[in-house]
Amino acid sequence: MTTEAVRQTEDRVQELERVTIRFAGDSGDGMQLTGTQFTRTSAVFGNDISTLPDYPAEIRAPAGSLPGVSGFQLSFSSSEIHTPGDEPDVLVAMNPAALKTNLGDLPAGGALIVNQDAFTQQNLNKAGYTSHPLTDGSLKPYNVFEIPISTLNARALEGLEMTNKQVDLTKNFFALGIMFWLYERSMDPTLRWIEDKFGAKPVLAEANRRALKAGYAFGETTEIFHTRYVVPPAHLAPGTYRNITGNEATALGFVAASHLAGRDLFYGSYPITPASDILHQLSGYKNFGVRTFQAEDEIAAVGAAIGASYGGAMGMTASSGPGICLKSEAMGLAVMVELPLVVVDVQRAGPSTGMPTKTEQADLLQVLFGRNSDSPMPVVAPATPAECFTYAVEAWRIALKYMTPVVYLSDAFLATGAEPWRVPEVADLPTIGVENHTDKATFWPYARDPDTLARPWAVPGTPGLEHRIGGLEKADVTGNVSYDPDNHHRMQTLRAAKVAGIANDIPDLQVHGPSEGELLVLGWGSTYGAIRSAVERLQADGRSVSHAHLRHLNPFPRNTEEVLRSFHRVLIPEINLGQLLLLIRGRFLIDAVGLDKVRGKPFRITEIEDAAIRVLAGERIP
Amino acid sequence: MTDATATLPSPPTSTKLTRKDFVSDQEVRWCPGCGDYSILAQTQKVMPDFGYPKENIVFISGIGCSGRLPYYMNTYGFHTIHGRAPTLATGLKAARPDLMVWVITGDGDALSIGGNHVLHSMRRNVDIRMVMFNNRIYGLTKGQASPTSELGKRTKSTPAGTIDHPVMPLSFALAAEATMVARSVDTHTDHLQATLERAGRHKGSAFIEVLQNCNIFNDGAWRDFTDREVREDRTLVLRHGEPMIFGKDRDKGIRLSGMRPEVVQLGGDIKEEDLLVHDEQAEDPTLAYLLSRMWWPDFPVPVGVLRAVQRPTHDELLQGQIDDAVRRDGKGDLGELLFAGETWTANEA
Repeated sequence: MTTEAVRQTEDRVQELERVTIRFAGDSGDGMQLTGTQFTRTSAVFGNDISTLPDYPAEIRAPAGSLPGVSGFQLSFSSSEIHTPGDEPDVLVAMNPAALKTNLGDLPAGGALIVNQDAFTQQNLNKAGYTSHPLTDGSLKPYNVFEIPISTLNARALEGLEMTNKQVDLTKNFFALGIMFWLYERSMDPTLRWIEDKFGAKPVLAEANRRALKAGYAFGETTEIFHTRYVVPPAHLAPGTYRNITGNEATALGFVAASHLAGRDLFYGSYPITPASDILHQLSGYKNFGVRTFQAEDEIAAVGAAIGASYGGAMGMTASSGPGICLKSEAMGLAVMVELPLVVVDVQRAGPSTGMPTKTEQADLLQVLFGRNSDSPMPVVAPATPAECFTYAVEAWRIALKYMTPVVYLSDAFLATGAEPWRVPEVADLPTIGVENHTDKATFWPYARDPDTLARPWAVPGTPGLEHRIGGLEKADVTGNVSYDPDNHHRMQTLRAAKVAGIANDIPDLQVHGPSEGELLVLGWGSTYGAIRSAVERLQADGRSVSHAHLRHLNPFPRNTEEVLRSFHRVLIPEINLGQLLLLIRGRFLIDAVGLDKVRGKPFRITEIEDAAIRVLAGERIP
Repeated sequence: MTDATATLPSPPTSTKLTRKDFVSDQEVRWCPGCGDYSILAQTQKVMPDFGYPKENIVFISGIGCSGRLPYYMNTYGFHTIHGRAPTLATGLKAARPDLMVWVITGDGDALSIGGNHVLHSMRRNVDIRMVMFNNRIYGLTKGQASPTSELGKRTKSTPAGTIDHPVMPLSFALAAEATMVARSVDTHTDHLQATLERAGRHKGSAFIEVLQNCNIFNDGAWRDFTDREVREDRTLVLRHGEPMIFGKDRDKGIRLSGMRPEVVQLGGDIKEEDLLVHDEQAEDPTLAYLLSRMWWPDFPVPVGVLRAVQRPTHDELLQGQIDDAVRRDGKGDLGELLFAGETWTANEA
């Protein structure tokens, strides 16, 4: 857009602090790409952002059907935000099914942009509409913009050698162009992306360019939009930023850990949603010495990782809940042989196959207790997409220093959601790592470091330290097979004490807000944003509410009980039926209350806010 | 096809070790009379021949009586979980191509709970030597049917006889694209030693079936053709490039009749030239597969190397991709990686 054009429309530009847009369409309509492009553009522009991709597990469910609807919500703001927004300000619905499944979230007065061309009788039938929503008055509460997107887009692409179907596939960029115009975004990042992606296919590149620009020009020339909106850049802490999803940050964190520890990373994995993207990304880092291994199954993936760690590499594996079930016996082996290992669980809705693309945080008790016998493993859980980097490094710090398998709990919301990440300088990253044991005179396979209780890491190839390890119980110090009753008791106790002792080596639990008061909202994992936003609203209302968020789930930070006891009530919102709640009640005999929502979606801020108000009023929450 | 018989990487050491160097201080705890003793002894005997320092040799096992072998080898050893030894070996070899890795397993460990991992470690040509002790029974759990138990076998878990058709281990290994497939017998000590020696010198995935006697739960499982008095008439000792002749008097042979092998009596019209000639290096696995199906009493049971071919190993290919990436993109720079992509800068507010 030229400067002149901006001036012409100047009187119609309104500044907003925050906008939430949801793109919704058929899973073949490219909604994820559209949302990602808007996100990148807004991130580079300097807004704070938070995203929520929401897509079906079916790659291409029947076109136009309700289960085939794919959505992408993003919130961008000139102030700090923690969530992708409870409800959209703008809904872009590319077909009737998308309208039907998403309209319920659009508040009255919200803007609704629909692709008029897709509202054919056939599509209305597929979506189960008995009357035409664009004409029956049911959309009256909304600010509706009916645009014949398919027709306009096809016109813009006239003359290109493409099939009608190919032309239709670019209509999402027409819609994106409209939104770029409406929110004063530059088209440049997306134009660059088109060049990178389709450079080798000039016709496709030209088609996408034309679609985007035509949409933008439509916004500029049409009379239907009376106002443009501008969301100024946010005042983020100084530094260099990039837009990042949780899975991307996780992969980078593991590469960083490998660099910091000076050992090659071995990543064994079996494809599973929503963890596979970590494998895809790491497989591109071969020049960092990263060895990726797509195993024949989940068990082979973890087995190979343990084998790699046995050899002195940083062996790790990743999966989601169903895969963790399969890995659990091998995880127990890693506990017994006390080798470093990181197991990533990108949680999704279960049980069993559940809802593979939907989020949940219900594997906490599984990773803590889902193995035979007492089988202690440290557990860390990042709270935001950007934090995934930090806790990937932290997981490896613990695994190496304490010679132990560690679970890293992410979830579908963190994995696919994005936010700006302040990129750290390599020099500012923590020091992690451990030396191999090489001295024959002081070597016993199960002798322990007096501080950490870690056993020595003696890798094959070290002369004079030939020894045998395995899943049978070990004699303390010598590591020989032992069935001695007292030895078994001692070893069980030692393994537990080693993991419990990590509490002395992790930061205290921080409280956001006053350190004592009426109510503490305690969370873990991806509920961070919704809890933080709700607590800030309540604090602004003058209520005595604080927020604490656990990143270490085993062991808990040393001051956890002290923090909890400084409040009259403790509310624990979780996307499960009360797992941290069970731990807190069982561990500390604190009468905490839970807020459980398992809908495959993140909490809304208002849900937590309402629950907190009720708890403060002494009401029971259902 | 390259020569599969002389492929050992150049020995990293010249220090000559002896059998004793490979005996650990642990007391051996198999049942007296178990065939495992012989396999252990032959394994310890051949170890010095490979020229590897013993700290560069690793024995990895699963669960079962065979799983105890690593404790008795004075090398690095890892007694893992049921069926999964090949997975640990795969990861170890990927991380440490410099090590010589042996996998010790049994018929239940390898073909029942661990079947999938045998399949995939073999087809990937992971550079491991997998020695499968086959006694056609679950010994450590005290006598249940195994995947190699003969149809109708009565065991504690199959009092009316097993109804599960047995698997032929070597047919399976061949179908899984193992680059070396061989069979030997616990009591044929010279042959077993020679076979382990060959496995040790093979580069790539070697699958060695050792017919082993469990004198407690399945005594005499192989007796019909392995006993000293009958073995020459009832086994076929395979020799690369030689016609398939067997018998105490070396008067019987294997001839191809259409697509089927047949046993023929030499002399008269039938001469050595009419017999099948063993070719363990044949690109096409048909001959090896045909041998893997031959079984007593219809045929002598083949022992020795059925197949030994060369293919790039998993660790070579993996390392090759890493080397290519470093050549193409340079050694990875973490700072560049973190700051890659579209970045923007926020200044002091």
